[in-house]
This record gives sequence, C-alpha cells and structure tokens, in this order.
Amino acid sequence: MNRTIDTRARMPRSVKISIGVLIVIAACMAFPNLFAPGALNQDIAQGTLPALSPGHLLGTDALGRDVLKLLIAGARSAMVGPICIAVGSILIGILLGTIAGWYGGVADWIISRYADITLSMPTLLLAIVAAGIIGGGYWVSVLVMVILYSPFDIRLVRSAVVAQKGKPYIESALVMRISTGRILSRHIFPNISMVVFVNFFLNIAYGLVSMSSLSYLGLGVSPGDADWGRQLSDGRGVLFDNPAAALSAGIAIVVTAVCVNIVGNWMTERSSLES
Amino acid sequence: MTDVLKYICKRLAEFIVSILCLAFVIFSLLYLAPGDPARSLVGTKQVTPELLATIRETYGLDDPFFVQFGHWVQGAVHLDFGNSIRTGAPVTAYVAPHAAVTFELVLISLICSVVLGIFFGVVSAKGRGKLRDDVIANVSLVGTSAPSFAVGLFVLYVFALKFGWFPIYGVGEGFVDRLWHLALPAACLTFAVSALLIKITRSALIPEMEKDYTMFMRARSVPTHEVQAAQIRNASAPILTSAGLVLANLLGGTVLVESVFSIPGLGNLLASSVTFHDVPVVQFIALTLAFIVCLASAIVDILAYIIDPTSRRRRMLRSRVAAENWDDPANPPASLPNNTEGGVS
Repeated sequence: MNRTIDTRARMPRSVKISIGVLIVIAACMAFPNLFAPGALNQDIAQGTLPALSPGHLLGTDALGRDVLKLLIAGARSAMVGPICIAVGSILIGILLGTIAGWYGGVADWIISRYADITLSMPTLLLAIVAAGIIGGGYWVSVLVMVILYSPFDIRLVRSAVVAQKGKPYIESALVMRISTGRILSRHIFPNISMVVFVNFFLNIAYGLVSMSSLSYLGLGVSPGDADWGRQLSDGRGVLFDNPAAALSAGIAIVVTAVCVNIVGNWMTERSSLES
Repeated sequence: MTDVLKYICKRLAEFIVSILCLAFVIFSLLYLAPGDPARSLVGTKQVTPELLATIRETYGLDDPFFVQFGHWVQGAVHLDFGNSIRTGAPVTAYVAPHAAVTFELVLISLICSVVLGIFFGVVSAKGRGKLRDDVIANVSLVGTSAPSFAVGLFVLYVFALKFGWFPIYGVGEGFVDRLWHLALPAACLTFAVSALLIKITRSALIPEMEKDYTMFMRARSVPTHEVQAAQIRNASAPILTSAGLVLANLLGGTVLVESVFSIPGLGNLLASSVTFHDVPVVQFIALTLAFIVCLASAIVDILAYIIDPTSRRRRMLRSRVAAENWDDPANPPASLPNNTEGGVS
C-alpha cells in the first residue's frame, strides 16, 4: 500500500493527464451509445457544415453527419484492432520467445532466424500490400499486423527469459525438480511480466498508427464507417468546407498515440528503476 | 580479415534468405486474393473460357505451386513481372515513370532526416536533463506517434490551403518548382523519420558519455570536439544499422504521404493498384521496395561491423593472442600490423 502512494506522488503531470485522456477514450470505446447516441444513423439532409455550427461543435462531414459523434463512435473501431494486435503479438511472443529462450538449441535457432528475417521486412508496406490484396476487411488486417509485430515480442521475451535462466533461483528450482511448466509460469513469468506488459502497451500505440494508416488507404473498413483513419480520408474531400472533419480525427489519433507512449515510457522508466 | 569476410558471407546469405521469403509472400498474394487467380488476371476484359485457358497457359497456372514460384522468380530476376491488369502494359514499363518522383521525395527526406535526426540527437544527449532535451524529446515523441498521413493532412491544410505558401497537389516542372512541390511531403516524412533517428542517436550516445574513456579524455583536457568525435564514432554502429528501419519507415510512409498530396509516385500507384487488385503491379512495387530495404540494411550491417570499434577490438585481441602463440619468425600473422592502430574504446 505504501508503495502505491509513493509512486503516485512521483508520477509526473504529463503521465496523469495521459492516463486521464486514455480513460476517456476507453469510456468512449466501451459505451459509444452513451456519449454519441445514433452516431451512424443521423439526419443527413443538411450537407457539410463548418465547425462551431449550432448543434454541431465540430461541424458535419460530407454526408452531413456530426463529426464529434462520429469521432466518439470511431474510438471503438480505432482502438479494438490495435489492442487485439498487441494481445496477439504478445501471446505469440511469449510462446515462441519462451521456447527459444528456455530450450535453446535448434528451436532457438529456427525461431531467432524467423524473427530476424521478419524484422528486416518493411512492416507497414507489407501490411498495406497483404491486407489490401487478401481483402476480407478489418480482422484480416489485424491478423497480418499480428504476424508482422510478433518478432519484436519474440526477441524481447527470449532475451528476458535467457537473462532469468542463469539466475540462482532457477537453478534451485531445477534442483528441487519443479516441473518446467511451473518454473516457466510461476518463477520466470512474474519476473519478465513487467517488461512484457510495457511492450504490450507500447505496441498499442504502434498498432493504432498502423491500423489507421490502413484504414486511411481504405483497407479494412468500408467508406463511411466510423473509424478515425477512415474519417481522415473521408474528411480530406471536404477540407475546404469543414477542415475539422479531417483534422479532429487526425488529432484524435495523434493524441491517443502520444498518451499511450507517455504512459508506456513512464512505466519503462519505473520498471528499470525497480530492477 | 577472415572474420570480416565470414561476417559478409553470413549477412549476404541472410539477405538472400529474407529476399526469397519476401518474394514467396509477395508471390503468394495472387493466390491469397479471393477468387480464381486466372480470373483476377483477366481484369476488366470480357471473361471467356478460351481467354481463361490462354491466361492459365501463359502464366502456367496449372503447374504445381512451387514450379510456378520458380518461374516467377526467374521472371523477376529478368525484371519480367507480367502485364498490368489495369492497362495491359508490361509492369516494369508501366511502373518506371512513377519511380523518379518517389526516389526524389525519399532522397530529400532521407538527407534531411539524417542531418536533423543526428544533429538533434547529439544536442539532446549533450543537454540531457536540461530544457532543450525535454523539448526535443517531446517533439520527437509526437513525431514517432503521429502517422504521416495525419501530419500530412495538417500541414496541407495549414500551409497549402490556409496560407497558400505551397501547392496543394502535383509535382511541378523544373528543379526549383519540383522542390517547392515536394517540400511539404518531404517535411512530413522527415518529421517522422528524424524523430526515430533522434531517439536512436540519443540512446546510443548517452552510454558513451558515461564511459571511462570520456572521463579520461576530459581529464587529460583533450579538446571537447575531439572527445565528441570519439563518442560519435563509438556510437555510430547502432545509428548506422538503423538505416534499414529508417528506409522501411520512409518507404512505408511515402505510400501514405503521396496519397495525401496526390503525388503520382510509386506509393500512390501501389495504393491504387492494391485497391484495384492489380496484382502484378503490386508484386513488382512491393518486391522492389522490400529489396531496397533489405539490401540497405545488409550493407549498413556489414559497414557497421567493419567500422565498429568493439568488433575491431575483438579482432585485435584475437590477433594479439595469435601473436603471442606465434613462434615461427619467418611467418608472422598477417593481421597483426593492420590492426594495431585500434580505436578509442
């Protein structure tokens, strides 16, 4: 208990603000209908309105839909994908990274070469090409991203496991004939979980940037969908009439990614201080 | 020298394997695309059974998968990627005119990002903990978090639409006009990529500033610029080897930035060909760009291995060991004299 209070006191203001912003975004993600009821079936008779029009703080888009409502409704589509990417990639990372780090030998060699080769590939480019050609929408894009993101996590987990493997407490666990599964899950995992979690968190920011890049190009989401990347490309057409339509979605992406990064960097610093 | 040669061979082998893997993924795209490959190769033409049969014949679509892959690689080596589905023209001839503007854009951004990234990285490492470090860190945080299309749209709105200082689209005629047209897109790419380089430079340089040799050089009042030169030389390996990552980011970013600024380059062509499912064109562009990235990272890895003081010192130590065991005066180890100059490390 003491420690939690202590770390709160040391938390810089930027981190506090970022956490606040992320909570708001998470709320929009969880309950879009509460904040923006009927965002997707709006009265579309009024055409494009500029920002600060009565009743429409950020104006309306090319279809006459309220931009602020779309922005709130778009949080879910913009964030669910990146979170799934981070989860999928960290799961693969933990599985393959632990196998490579713990067992070594041929498995390590194969997994490490796989990671090396995937790492040397241009991620965003391949994602655009693969997601675009395969088609199949949002979840295919997520799957492609998981495959392209996982080598980072594999490497990270592998080196963390290797670092723990030689320590005395593992040796004593081995001497005590504790089963491998138990050593990995109860002894090693708690010691690498912080590094893994921080990386998981930062991956959300990268995933957000990549996924919104894909949806900006029209891959993964259909036109008119509430999604930040898509809103940017839809809003590009009405940049003259209502710049807020495109710019607000851009700002939403940048602010979210920056906040995730700020919190993630702070956690990295904290975990390196603790160790 | 054998060490260096061995490393070069290993790295080149890795390069060939990655290119083959990439080629395989890119080749499989035709099969991963929904529907019959032959049908998707027909494109907009009227689909008749005879035409499908001819397509199958010319592309060898009835051969086993790996035989087809072999044929495709053979063609790719001779720069033959088939015909564009959209226009029917040979892919290379169709794509080539788009390449120039992209390479100009990438080159300008690369030069700017390297200069700005390393400069601000050094400034921020030197002033670490100070205000200028904080400012640079925050700006580069935004640079790494902001997708290039969002930045692109923002600067397009502010500088081209609101102030009218720059053109909204197009590539311009002549050198100055071209530069003026590419200024905003290049600035967007530079913003993202130099932020990455700032981070890498800073985190490579700070450990060097805390090492003993820095302290000793300071204690012996070696001029500051010499100390800095030694630190930068020692930190150069991670900065150099990030070139692959930098190029990957630039080439990925250019797809988005070109689409924001309507530049008729490779990126825009790739994006529109992806939406059109013009598979041969996509295959050619993707393979070319991936080839550039992989080749560049192989070259810089080899360069970094050659110039890196720690790997050089490893070789020096090994040759010293060889020299100590050396008992044939007529046959001194060849590597000994070359390696004695050593680095600061």
